[in-house]
Amino acid sequence: MNILVYLIPASLVLGGLGLLAFLYTVRSNQYDDPEGDAQRLLNSDWDDHPKP
Amino acid sequence: MVDHAPLPFRPSISACPACDAGSLAVNVATRGQASDAPRLALSLPGIHCGACIASVESALDGHPGVTSARVNLTLKRASIEAEPDVTAAELIALLKNRGFEAHELDSSAIAATQTDRAGRDLLMRLAVAGFASMNVMLLSVAVWSGAADTTRDLFHWISAAITLPTLLFAGQPFFANAWRALKHKRLNMDVPIVLAITLAVATSLWETSLSGEHAYFDAALTLTFFLLAGRYLDHRTRAVARSAAEELAALEVPRATRVQGDEEETVRIAELVAGDLIRVRPGGRMPVDGIVVEGTSELDRSLLTGETVPVFASTGLVISAGEVNLTGPLTLRATAVGKDSSLHQMADLVAIAESGRSRYTSLADSAAKLYAPGVHILAALAFVGWYLATYDLRTALNVAAAVLIITCPCALGLAVPAVTTAASGQLFRKGMLIKHATALERLAEVDTVVFDKTGTLTMGTPEVVNFADLSPQQASIARALAFGSSHPLSQAIVNAAKTADTPLAEVSGIVELPGYGTTGHWGTKTVRLGRADWVGAKVLTDTSSFLQIGSAPPIALRFHDSLRPGAQNAVRALQDNNKDVHLISGDTPGAVAELAQRLGITHWIAEALPAEKAAKIAELRDAGRHVLMVGDGLNDTAALATAHVSISPATALDAARVASDIVLLGSDLTPIAEALTLAQAATRRIRENFRIATLYNVIAVPLAMAGLATPLMAAIAMSASSITVSLNALRLKMRKPSEATRR
Repeated sequence: MNILVYLIPASLVLGGLGLLAFLYTVRSNQYDDPEGDAQRLLNSDWDDHPKP
Repeated sequence: MVDHAPLPFRPSISACPACDAGSLAVNVATRGQASDAPRLALSLPGIHCGACIASVESALDGHPGVTSARVNLTLKRASIEAEPDVTAAELIALLKNRGFEAHELDSSAIAATQTDRAGRDLLMRLAVAGFASMNVMLLSVAVWSGAADTTRDLFHWISAAITLPTLLFAGQPFFANAWRALKHKRLNMDVPIVLAITLAVATSLWETSLSGEHAYFDAALTLTFFLLAGRYLDHRTRAVARSAAEELAALEVPRATRVQGDEEETVRIAELVAGDLIRVRPGGRMPVDGIVVEGTSELDRSLLTGETVPVFASTGLVISAGEVNLTGPLTLRATAVGKDSSLHQMADLVAIAESGRSRYTSLADSAAKLYAPGVHILAALAFVGWYLATYDLRTALNVAAAVLIITCPCALGLAVPAVTTAASGQLFRKGMLIKHATALERLAEVDTVVFDKTGTLTMGTPEVVNFADLSPQQASIARALAFGSSHPLSQAIVNAAKTADTPLAEVSGIVELPGYGTTGHWGTKTVRLGRADWVGAKVLTDTSSFLQIGSAPPIALRFHDSLRPGAQNAVRALQDNNKDVHLISGDTPGAVAELAQRLGITHWIAEALPAEKAAKIAELRDAGRHVLMVGDGLNDTAALATAHVSISPATALDAARVASDIVLLGSDLTPIAEALTLAQAATRRIRENFRIATLYNVIAVPLAMAGLATPLMAAIAMSASSITVSLNALRLKMRKPSEATRR
């Protein structure tokens, strides 16, 4: 059962990474315009080079 | 450009003083300031696709002076960073050329909704609580499946290490609320929540340190998670409504045209001072109280008094903010601005009325009042009983913690927000905006509905009653005279003539005399269309205009207000549901009686002053009635605030919208009757949810008090009741609209 000593922290860290990623999306206003972002994704204007 | 000059008046009498007053105060504070880089905001009601975003953004970006433009499709808004000399008007014209409808938004008024700090804060706490509770739950599952000895202790210690910091962060809203309630020596839902969480964590820590079997870390976290979910739902519902309400307010950019010498400049209303000369063009609304110094015109006072008959205005007339200028340009000298204006004095009436309404206790609060002491007494009894029976502090504390955890109002915390979210979403799709948290519950209790007339049951646009009585010749002359005028009565004549296919008579030399009427020559005769005293006719009681051909006696053209769509349906549906329908108006008895008869309303009052309207509603309230007031004018604001619950149409004055609980977005009145039935269904659902939650408690509490409860049982009871309650709330959403109205 000693393996638990590694596995539990490992799973917590992985879960924590997911949590941090979510918190990052919240803090950077990624949920302000869900409809618009869904449409922008399909726009081919900046497919070849990034928006200046 | 038409002066779009509404009222400098934003009383802090919003539906929910705690949540709205702050943002309104910020509005007032920021309104007057002009920032260096103007951040323009446009409302784009027509955009719906990715191509729209691209073409709007490229159009705006291509405009000189615009540094950046970003479209938000969800809110149907564009925010623009631009040089100071770029005006919203030119951008609106630019977009109109591309085929997009655009309206200017007062960017300071919507700034509050741009970043919803409180919502984001709650969402982060919810995410952290969710993450932690899932992890602790996984560890607990291992314990329940038989982990023993050191493994169990290890799992308990890890759970404790996750739980303590999480609760400190995620539980803050509850700690703060409970502390606030206790400081005022009251009990609310948060007090038992905080007590349960603290006691559960404390006993679990103690148990863990003694290598005990039962730890409630998972329960404490799941509880926090479910309760935060309820809070977040509640917040979202209100944030959506608030953002839509703010957008309505932001659409009226408060500007006025100030005259200095020969120059005219457009300024914000906040910058006006008493003594300024202000020009108001036809169609514009008076921004301040003042005296007319130049020009003649007619004024529409219906938003202030409910009167539909236009009032003649010429030099020396005292006017109040909020009146609408109809025919000629007027120059006025401001006598009172902002706080001193007559609008602000109306706010005092509203404030008095508002204090009466705050007495309403929501269903959740009254449940908490019964619930909180009950839980504490049960837990205390269990503790004392077990202590006296065993003289073992540890067992007694464990049982008390189990009772608190099991009875903790997890489902109760979800019962109300889940239903309100579902119901508000459905009403929003029907075009109703629920601004106040308890408005839905109050709406369900309504048994009497009071309507205002002008602007509420009627559109405030006149309609000719007796056009068919005119001879074809008279009709064609009337059409010709009315043709070039923007006066509402003239436009009504033109509309009536168009429907009747009346030809245009050859009238030459048409001159409009603002405030009086139009005159011209038809053959050799002088023809006139205008006010009674101008053409020498007897003044009639209802709205009328007179046509005089040569020296023949003038012919009266009578008008009535056209009905708002759905007015007839709404009144009939309400009466079918056994609601008492009243009509209270500031208009003349003739006009009110006629409308009451058209709609089949038996109780009506005419020529009511604002204070009388409020008094009548207070009288109904004191007679034990629950009154729903529907009104739009400034003269209705006091009545709207006095009523048990109030609705105002989106076309209403800002002040009226602020004073009411619900805003009707479309022009159709039909949803009012549907909203009442939906509100009743929602309230029934809330009560049902309370019953379900109680049922779980009735089963689980005796077991907990008997000392038979395990952490596993607590976890199952809590999740099961929360899920049942949420599903029950969703049932409301899934019912078809027809079913909801048939009920």
